[in-house]
Amino acid sequence: MEVMMSILIGMLFAGGIYMVLSQTMLRIVFGTSLLSHATLLLLITMGELKRGAAPILTAAGGPYVDPLPQALILTAIVIGFGTTAFSIVLAYQTYQTLGTDNLEKCRGIDDEH
Amino acid sequence: MSTNLVIGPVMIPLATAIVLIIFNRRLLAQKIISVISVLATLIYACNLLYRVSDGTILLFYASNWVPPFGIAMVIDMLSALMVTASAILGFVCMIYSLSTMDEGRLKNFYLPLYQMFFVGINGSLITGDIFNLFVFFEIMLMSSYVLLVLGSDRGQLREGFKYLIINIVSSSFFLVALGVVYSLAGTMNMADLAVKLPQAANQGLVTMSAMLFLLVFGVKAAIFPLYFWLPNSYHQPPPAISAIFGGLLTKVGVYVLIRIFTLIFIGDVAFTHSILFVLGVLTMIFGVVITISQTDFRLILSYHIISQVGYMVMGLGMFSVLSVAGAIFHMLHNIIVKTGLFLASGITQEVTGTTDLHKMGGLLHRYPWLGWTFFITAMALAGVPPLSGFFSKFMLIQAGAELGNYYSIAAVLGVGFLTMFSMIKIFLYAFWGEEKPVLDRPNFDYKKIMPASLILCGISVCIGLGASYVCDFVMLAAEQLMNPQLYIDTVLFAFI
Repeated sequence: MEVMMSILIGMLFAGGIYMVLSQTMLRIVFGTSLLSHATLLLLITMGELKRGAAPILTAAGGPYVDPLPQALILTAIVIGFGTTAFSIVLAYQTYQTLGTDNLEKCRGIDDEH
Repeated sequence: MSTNLVIGPVMIPLATAIVLIIFNRRLLAQKIISVISVLATLIYACNLLYRVSDGTILLFYASNWVPPFGIAMVIDMLSALMVTASAILGFVCMIYSLSTMDEGRLKNFYLPLYQMFFVGINGSLITGDIFNLFVFFEIMLMSSYVLLVLGSDRGQLREGFKYLIINIVSSSFFLVALGVVYSLAGTMNMADLAVKLPQAANQGLVTMSAMLFLLVFGVKAAIFPLYFWLPNSYHQPPPAISAIFGGLLTKVGVYVLIRIFTLIFIGDVAFTHSILFVLGVLTMIFGVVITISQTDFRLILSYHIISQVGYMVMGLGMFSVLSVAGAIFHMLHNIIVKTGLFLASGITQEVTGTTDLHKMGGLLHRYPWLGWTFFITAMALAGVPPLSGFFSKFMLIQAGAELGNYYSIAAVLGVGFLTMFSMIKIFLYAFWGEEKPVLDRPNFDYKKIMPASLILCGISVCIGLGASYVCDFVMLAAEQLMNPQLYIDTVLFAFI
């Protein structure tokens, strides 16, 4: 299972980085969200994929799953959600104001140094 | 002992931000509340500094969960110094913002965002949990994205988008680094990490995660070769905003580098800290050499941020008590002075309507206060003796001499000389010489927006004249950092 996950994470990273390097703003935004998915999967895989128990430690003891990676991922998802929403709005606003969504064409418009 | 005192620097701005959003439509109420809040934060920070000045480390465990299980907040000398510096900056930039910021920005959540920015910064400075650090960093970055593009000028949007993407990518790598560290040590508490990482079976992976952290915070701190995003994005927003960014944002990255490379990743010092040293020297040189060819006031200052960050990273890389103390001193001095310079450039822009040095000239005749304030602050940056910059560089040189590291001495002196050169260049072009036709604003009284710049200039002079007192604080901070066992014992075992 970990091997499969590693391959998936690698593919997501490759796709994400390819998209971030493209010129269109929307593609870049999608690329960053692929990247953040890849990191989330990486986080959950790092805690080793165990199944069959709840992440709750009872008084009786017994097996339980490490709850921390899940808590971390939940936090990271919320943050990623906010950031992605903001970047889409920013991309749209930039498109409206500059009249292009191509970053190459944004260069040298006014006082760029 | 866990004390609620510790979270004050986070709670005051957070509460203020919430209240400010309620008073959204009432500008006057917003302004009054903001000023009270930044003053309260400043007094609070000074109180904290006083409490840790005898070497105690203050702790707060969220919901009284003892570490390594709960989130710990820790204030040692370094944190207290940084919180105080950020509070001073918060106060001064607030004064400047209120006197220059346009109504449109003020009505569109500028003041709440300003407070949230300081929630993120102060949180990053006092947290003792590395995942919590990520959260506070994101709060800080999120507010900085909005502050950077607030107003939607063309340049702001273009540079804002690049800044956003670069920070999202580096935050992804931050999470990757956290994942690696967690799989090695099974904990997120910094003190606990410092105990458990040396016991990890695979030390190669520990060094790799150290390099990942260096990459992440190298981007935030703008060290060579990751500084490319900084000059243009700091160039675009209004001067008040670029002054806080220039003074504080990169320094938080440097603070985290100092924290993790003196506490957690000290297993392979010969490798990691040599890299830090080399990167620091390269950052200093590249940053300052680029300024020589620039003729834009704010762009020159932006490139100087990069070269000054190099001093701090170099001091950390030399890794002795004195050199780390020098790095901390330089960081404090730089937060004050760099902001002062940005504010001076903002006032210059206000009176001339441009940031191009070729279009200015002879401002000294009509604006003597502005000219001499800029001159003193610039000389402090260049390191002229009675001012603050001299002593931080002196400490770094002394550390270099003690360690027999003569490259560092050459770098400090050479880069200091070039810094002096470009500061003199600004002064000659903008303030000296023939008076050139400037923007016609007959009713504009520039003295109304001078206080912020004057305060920072005064603080810089005070740090210079009272250098021995500041030195005591800074040496205490460095001794605490170079003796990480103290931090670990306090955080992990103080509750017993």
